[in-house]
Amino acid sequence: MTPHFGLPEFGFLLRGLQWTMLLTLVAFVGGCTAGLAVALLRTCGHKGVEWITRIYIGMFQGTPLLLQLFVVYYGLALTGLKLDAFVAVAIGFTVNASAFLGEIWRGAIQAVPRGQTEAAMALGLHYSSRMRDIVLPQAIRISLPATIGYLVQLIKGTSLAAIVGFIELARAGQIVSNQTFQPLLVFGVVGAMYFILCWPLSWWGSRMEARLALASQR
Amino acid sequence: MGYTLDFSVVWHAMPALLWGCVGTLSLALAGMALAMMIGVAGVAARDSRAAWLRAIVIGFVEIVRNTPFLVQIFFLFFALPLVGLKLNPTATAIIALGVNGGAYAIEIIRGGVQSIHKGQVEAGYALGLHKGQVFRFIVLKPALRAIYPSLTGQFIMLTLTSSICSAVSAYELTSVAQRIESDTFRSFEVYFFVTFLYLAISWLLMLGFAVVSHRFFSYPMR
Repeated sequence: MTPHFGLPEFGFLLRGLQWTMLLTLVAFVGGCTAGLAVALLRTCGHKGVEWITRIYIGMFQGTPLLLQLFVVYYGLALTGLKLDAFVAVAIGFTVNASAFLGEIWRGAIQAVPRGQTEAAMALGLHYSSRMRDIVLPQAIRISLPATIGYLVQLIKGTSLAAIVGFIELARAGQIVSNQTFQPLLVFGVVGAMYFILCWPLSWWGSRMEARLALASQR
Repeated sequence: MGYTLDFSVVWHAMPALLWGCVGTLSLALAGMALAMMIGVAGVAARDSRAAWLRAIVIGFVEIVRNTPFLVQIFFLFFALPLVGLKLNPTATAIIALGVNGGAYAIEIIRGGVQSIHKGQVEAGYALGLHKGQVFRFIVLKPALRAIYPSLTGQFIMLTLTSSICSAVSAYELTSVAQRIESDTFRSFEVYFFVTFLYLAISWLLMLGFAVVSHRFFSYPMR
């Protein structure tokens, strides 16, 4: 007898949701750290380094996330390290996030008026202080809507871990759907869970974007 | 451990992989066409006088943009037969790509239409242009030019997203790669190479879009 979609199945989906959130959190924190490095290298002023980071970003923007995951997943397996599926996909998403956040913040750093940098140089501030105290605080403000937008992309993107076999929300949905033969209900619920996670963020991001646009008009 | 990389499997599978590229491109082009239709119809409905129609479009855009494509395609895969559309996986994939891309297209096109100043339209009428001409030369072309970069960027995203259609075994590059992988067990080699095929496809599209832009939109603004 096939089980119907009930509380135990719902609980299973909720556990999947937890893994989705954990995976997003790990990839986002890791991606922020590595992305900052990418953004700083991309704007460091050294032609060669800027080119290399540009190619790095372009490779991630020009290829599907699914294939990036496959390459990282099977590539890590080749190194002989016995990595947990979670660690492997988390590394995949982190690398992807580093490129996309790096590009977003590159744009934000360059959007800070040049006079700010020049004034900081005139005051004798060296690079690290100039970035930390003058440029980055302003750049973060500019980049926030796009960063939140990427966070939503990332949450949705973690569903691809399902294809590599890691049990997060989308994979949990597949499993429950196969058990209960109620695909519409199950994927409806799964979709609703993603929506509840993503929609407030999207709303927050677009509201902030509108506020920033208003502020820059004055 | 003694694993040595062997890319000869990729070489042997080259014809199949190139056909996979053709599959991906046709899937993406069909999806883009559908997305554009949904986009234009959606913009018309989004600004219509009927409040319920506006609500439907807003709801559609928000739902599509805040749920993963993988879940959308699974849902459609099971939902379409219920409404009497018994389609093969590739047709299902085209509809899923069109619906997903359409939601983004609505937002982009709407931004373009709003960028047209109302006085510009009135000036068109004052010059004696009729409705069709005003729409074509005063609204559509400048609006298209304004949204061209974000629209084509979205199309490239759609092409890359089409790799997810392998989850319902539609005919495209990633599903071809998965078949080769399960035949040869050379997962890394196959996927590594296919990733570069996708990179080539996106470059090709970018180049094509740039040529079109140069041909049609390189008139002076003032």
